[in-house]
Amino acid sequence: MEFKTVLTTCPYCGCGCGMVLEVLDGRLVGTLPSKTSPVNEGKLCVKGWTVHEFVASPQRLIKPMVREDDILEESSWDEALETAARRLREIKETHGPDSIAMFASAKCTNEENYLLQRFSRAAIGTNNVDHCARL
Amino acid sequence: MSQKIKEYVQGLLSEGKIKGFLGLREEHGHILPHLFCDVQKLEHMSMGDKGGPGDARYPLNQLLIRVAREYPDDTFAVLVRGCDERGLRELFKWEQLSEERVIPVGIGCPDELAKACGCEKPFPDCLIDGPQGERAESEKVARIDGMGLEARLEFWVTEFDRCIKCFGCRNVCPMCFCNECSLEEESLVGTGEIPPDNPTFHLVRAVHMVGRCIDCGLCEEACPADIPLRTLYKKVAEIVGEELGYRTGYTLEEKSPFTIIGG
Repeated sequence: MEFKTVLTTCPYCGCGCGMVLEVLDGRLVGTLPSKTSPVNEGKLCVKGWTVHEFVASPQRLIKPMVREDDILEESSWDEALETAARRLREIKETHGPDSIAMFASAKCTNEENYLLQRFSRAAIGTNNVDHCARL
Repeated sequence: MSQKIKEYVQGLLSEGKIKGFLGLREEHGHILPHLFCDVQKLEHMSMGDKGGPGDARYPLNQLLIRVAREYPDDTFAVLVRGCDERGLRELFKWEQLSEERVIPVGIGCPDELAKACGCEKPFPDCLIDGPQGERAESEKVARIDGMGLEARLEFWVTEFDRCIKCFGCRNVCPMCFCNECSLEEESLVGTGEIPPDNPTFHLVRAVHMVGRCIDCGLCEEACPADIPLRTLYKKVAEIVGEELGYRTGYTLEEKSPFTIIGG
């Protein structure tokens, strides 16, 4: 038997709330707000309270999916990237770069988010960049 | 850290009486729950005092339920204050934990904490260390009672209006163990809007605290909107005491009002 409590930071938004994850025999079973974090002082929002639920959720995407004729199907990374690149290029050529927007995520690293805005501005040519934490 | 509690737990572990002790550990200046299974690790034990007495308390009984469900044949010890011990008694009665498989390790609360909590009994009967303090008077309920009915309703509706429906009060509650929660029942509480139905949402929870709430105050500490939930549930406890003669968590024999009504 192994029951561990792990001090970490909420992965959702930029606030950086301190939280304690409860791990029982390798499974994530609970979340508690850190009482000693100066950021959230023992409080969390509904998203933070439920972070342990998404990690092993059966609804979580674990493979790239491509939508063909309104049907989502599993695909390889190569095929998914090829499809995304082709369609982005087509949309840009037909409707202009500002018809495309990019949506970054607090679950990515700073560097990944930097790359996304760089790709939007330099490769696609639009400033339409936003972020999931701007709720 | 309490030397007496450390030595007591050390004894329990080395004599093989328990599989582990659910308490608190200090790590990089933070305090968090911890299941101590190894005597060597006991030096990192904490009593939950960071800036002031008991300001880093966690719902240890809730964690104990989770562990005990997976390991029902093992015995665990758990750090308890007066409120937590009341909680254990109710959890035994509701068959969420087995009395034979739990060894409570008691710590008494200093007057400062007892006063801030307005605690009826700020020490457990299984006291190992800490003071056996006096009952502290709570002035908060009396202050709101003095308002008059209409002003009181307005007060609560205004307080509940700040609710962001984080479910923190329910999630942190060591006495909330239902598999299905009325607060997530759409016919009772609508979805997609904050604040949630006012005052239904909070009054549904308040009613469900009858014979459950042991006045630990963790709900109020977890509330990002600073709603005085503890005062609300203290009033619930007062009504339950006056109308049904029941004091939550004080004995193992008396049956909770819901058991009687439901049975």
